[in-house]
Amino acid sequence: MADGNITINTSRRFFLLAAGSGLVLAGCVTPADTTDGAPAIAAEPAKPAAPVVDMNNFVAISPDGTIRIMAKNPEIGQGIKTMLPMLIAEELDADWSKVVIEQGDADQKRYGQQIAGGSFATPQHWIPQRQVGRAARQMLLAAAAARLAVPVSELTTEPSMVVHAATNKKIPYGDLVADAAKLTPPEPATLTMKDPKDYRIIGKSMRNWDSPKIVRGEPIFGIDVKVDGMKYAHFVKCPVFGGKIVSANTAEIKALPGITDSFVVKQVGTSLMGLLDGVAIVGDDWWTVKEAAKKLKIQWDEGAAADHSTASFDSQASALAKAKPQAFLGPQGRAPTEANWAASEAAVNGAAKKVEASYTYPFLVHAPLEPQNCTAHAKADGTVEIWAPTQLPGQGIGLVAEALGVAADKITCHMIRCGGGFGRRLANDYMVEAAAISKQAGVPVKLLWTREQDTQHNPYRPGGYHNFRAGLDGQGNLVALTNHFVTFGANGRALGNATSPPTEFPSGFIANTTYGQSLVPGNMPTGPLRAPVSNAVCFAYQSFIDEVAIAAGKDPLQFRIDLLNSPAAAVSGEKGPMNAKRMVDVLNVVRERSGWANRAPLPKGTGMGVAFYFSHQGYFAQVAKVKVEQNGSWRVQKVWSVGDVGSTIINPINAHNQVQGSIVDGISEMHQKITFDKGRTVQSNFQDMPLLRMDYAPQIDSHFHISNNSPTGLGEPALPPVLPAVANAIFAATGKRIRVLPAVQSDLRWT
Amino acid sequence: MTTYTLNVNGKTQTVDVDGAMPLLWVLRDKLDLKGTKFGCGIAMCGACTVHLDGEVARACVTPVSSVGAKRVTTIEAIGETKTGQAVQKAWLDVDVMQCGYCQAGQVMAATALINKNPKPNDKDIDMAMQGNACRCGTYVRIREAIKTAAGVDTKDTREV
Ligand code: FES
Ligand code: FES
Repeated sequence: MADGNITINTSRRFFLLAAGSGLVLAGCVTPADTTDGAPAIAAEPAKPAAPVVDMNNFVAISPDGTIRIMAKNPEIGQGIKTMLPMLIAEELDADWSKVVIEQGDADQKRYGQQIAGGSFATPQHWIPQRQVGRAARQMLLAAAAARLAVPVSELTTEPSMVVHAATNKKIPYGDLVADAAKLTPPEPATLTMKDPKDYRIIGKSMRNWDSPKIVRGEPIFGIDVKVDGMKYAHFVKCPVFGGKIVSANTAEIKALPGITDSFVVKQVGTSLMGLLDGVAIVGDDWWTVKEAAKKLKIQWDEGAAADHSTASFDSQASALAKAKPQAFLGPQGRAPTEANWAASEAAVNGAAKKVEASYTYPFLVHAPLEPQNCTAHAKADGTVEIWAPTQLPGQGIGLVAEALGVAADKITCHMIRCGGGFGRRLANDYMVEAAAISKQAGVPVKLLWTREQDTQHNPYRPGGYHNFRAGLDGQGNLVALTNHFVTFGANGRALGNATSPPTEFPSGFIANTTYGQSLVPGNMPTGPLRAPVSNAVCFAYQSFIDEVAIAAGKDPLQFRIDLLNSPAAAVSGEKGPMNAKRMVDVLNVVRERSGWANRAPLPKGTGMGVAFYFSHQGYFAQVAKVKVEQNGSWRVQKVWSVGDVGSTIINPINAHNQVQGSIVDGISEMHQKITFDKGRTVQSNFQDMPLLRMDYAPQIDSHFHISNNSPTGLGEPALPPVLPAVANAIFAATGKRIRVLPAVQSDLRWT
Repeated sequence: MTTYTLNVNGKTQTVDVDGAMPLLWVLRDKLDLKGTKFGCGIAMCGACTVHLDGEVARACVTPVSSVGAKRVTTIEAIGETKTGQAVQKAWLDVDVMQCGYCQAGQVMAATALINKNPKPNDKDIDMAMQGNACRCGTYVRIREAIKTAAGVDTKDTREV
C-alpha cells in the first residue's frame, strides 16, 4: 500500500478503500458544520472491505457502487492525484461522490511512465486516461445490454448508472461490475469520447483529494512513514561535492546512548546525485542520531572540487565575456558559424542605436519544505521495499539496484506524497542512501536529512551570465541581437540545465540574431528546478527586451507584440516552437485586465512591468505592479497573469493555485542565491536562503485565455515571466535596472 | 534520560528522553503524533507550530524540559475546538493546499490568531502569519481562508 496509514505493512491494494476516510469527502463536498467540541471532519471509522472488482489497471468498482481509481503519478503538490482520476471518472461517467482515489505504487508495467516533472502529465494523459474511463464504461454498457437484451445503442449513462431510456430502467454500475469485468476491453481507437459540453467533472473545481487528511494532520508524507522494527538514520556526506572518506570514528559514535549502529558507506558509481561516501548513524529516534553527529570526527579527501568558489566563477565569467564565444548556439547540426556571429555583431555595430547589457543570476536550491527523506528495508531474502517521496521512482529504483547489487524486479517502491518537489525529487540520492544504510544496518531505516543538508547537497539550478548587444534602426526597430552566454561545464558541454535555448525569442523574429556560449569549468551537481532553464533565461531575455523597448522609445508591451507580429525572415536565427499568435493574444488580454494603458499617472516609486514566456507548451503573459520605497525596499503589490494552456482547464481551483504558487515562487527566487566557497555551499537554512512570506505575497489576478488547442500542463509555465515582469516594474518605478539577481545586489534607493 | 510528564491534546503522556530533545521530536518519534512537521529546526519556517497553553510555539526549538505543565495542542486535536474547526473547514472550502506540508503549521498559527483576534484585518494576518513559510506559495489562499474562518470580508485590502 502506498499512503494513508503507513504503519501497516501490507501489499493489499484495496486497503484504503476499506479504511480510507476519503469516501465522504470527495470533490468539493464540504463537511457539515457540527456543534462545539465535536470534530467537524473526524476520520471515518474503518468499514469492512466490500468485494472489489478490477475493471482494468486503474478502475475497480465494488457492488456498493464505490469506484476506486488509481492515481498513477507522484503527487508533489501539483494536484495530479486528483486531476488524472478526474479524467478517468469523466469518461466513465462516474458519480464523483462515490469515487475513492488511491495512490499507485511505482509500477511502470502497470501504469506506464511515472514522473512528476516537465508539466508533461496533462498533455500525455489527456487522451489515454480518458480512454481508460471510456473503455470501462463501454464494458458496463455491454454488460447492461446483455442483461436487458437490448442493443448497446439504446443505452446511455447517468453518473454511475446505465440507463435504458425506452423502458426507463436504470442499473447502477455496482450491479453490473461482476459481469462487465469478464468482458474483453474495447480497443481504445474504437471509443467515442464524450462531447465536452456534456462534461460533469472536467472543468469543475474538485478539491485536492488529500486536503481533509492534511488539515487533520494525518501521517501521509514521506517523513511520516513508519514500518515495524524501523530505526532512524542520519547520513553525513563530505561538504565538498564528491569528497571521499579517509577515516571516521564510527566505533565511538556507535557507543553513544540511543545509537544502535554507525558505519562508513562507500560511493557507488560516479554521479554526484547517486550514492556518495558518508557516515551513517542509526538509532532509536531521529534527534538523537542527528545530535550524535556532533561528535563525529571524519577525515575527508575533498578532491578536485575543493577550489570551487563563486568569486572565482564570477571573475572567470567576466574574462570569458570579453573574448569571442567558444561555441555558437543552434539546433543540432545547424549551429551557426563564427561568420554568422561576426555578421550579427557587425549588424549591431552598424545600427543607428546600440543597447548593451549583461545579466547575471545565481545558483538556486529547490528547498521543498519537507526535507529529503526515505524509508527503506533491505530484507534478508534479498528483496528491497522502499517508501519514498519521489518525483521519478524508476530512476531511484535503478540507483538502488546498482548500489545494492539486486535486480530491479526485487525492489518494491511505494510512492509517498511529497512535501513539495520543484524538481528536487527527480534525483533520488536520498533513496539510494536509505537503501544502502538499511542493507548495512540489517534493519528497516527512515533516513531524514536536516535542512542544512538539504541546502548543501542539491542538484542546483545553475547560475549564468548573459551578455547582450542589440541594434536599433532609425525608426526604433530591433534589427540585430547577439548574446554571449557564459555558463558552466566541461569538455565543450554545459552542465545539466546550464543551457540557453538556441531559438530563444527574438531569434527568428528579427533580421539578425546569433547566440554564442562559453564555459566556466566546474563540476557542481546541477539539475532541473521548476521551469528549468526557462526560470533563468526568461529573466535575462525579457528584461533586456524591455531595455531595448525603452531605448526605442516604445511601449514595452506593444513593442513585444510588434516583434511577435514581425514577418522578418531571419538571417542567422531560427524560430522556436512558440506560436506567436497565441502569445500576442495573451499579451492583449493582460493589457486589458491590468489596466496597462492607465499606468502613466502612477506616483514615483510605483511602476508596472510586463513580460511573457512560452515554456512547457504554455503561453503566459504577466504584468506586475511594484512599489519601491525611498529606502530601496520593494514589494510586489499585484500580478496579473494570463495563460493559454489550451481548450480546457481540467480542475480550475487547482489550476489557479498552480499559477498563484508559481508567481510567489518566482518572486521568492528574486531574493535567493546559492554561492560556493572552498568547494562548499555557503548557505545553510532559511536564515540565508529566504522564502517569500505572507506579508510580501502580492494580490494575484489569474486568468486563463481559452484557445482551441489540446490542454497542456500548469506546474511550470506560469513561473518564468514573473521575474522579469517584476524587474521591469522596478525599472518603471525607479529608473533602475535589476541586472543581477538576487535583487538585493541592486541599490534601489531614490529621492 | 529524564522522565517528563506532558499534557498533550488533553491526555497525560510520559516520556523518558534527554531534556534537550525538542518537543517536535518527542511528538513525532516518541508519541507518534506526526501531524507536526519538521522544516528547518531553527524556528524559521513554522512547519512545527503547536500551541502551548494556547500560545503559538515552534516545537523544533522548544526543549521538552521547558514544557512543564503547559497544555500542548497539536494539529491532531485542533479540530476539537470551535475555532480550529472553523479554520479547518475554511481551509477545505478555499482549497488552500498544494503539497500541504506547511499547512498543519498554518492552521495552528491561524487558529491562535483568530482565538486572540476574532476579526483580523490584513495587517494582523501579515503579522501573525509571517513566521509560517509556504514553499508552494499558497499565501493568497491562506489569507482568504483566515478571513473566511473569521467571517470577515475576504477582499484583500492592502494597497495596490
Ligand atoms: S521546523 Fe520549526 S520552525 Fe521550521
Ligand atoms: S502547501 Fe507546500 S509548503 Fe505550503
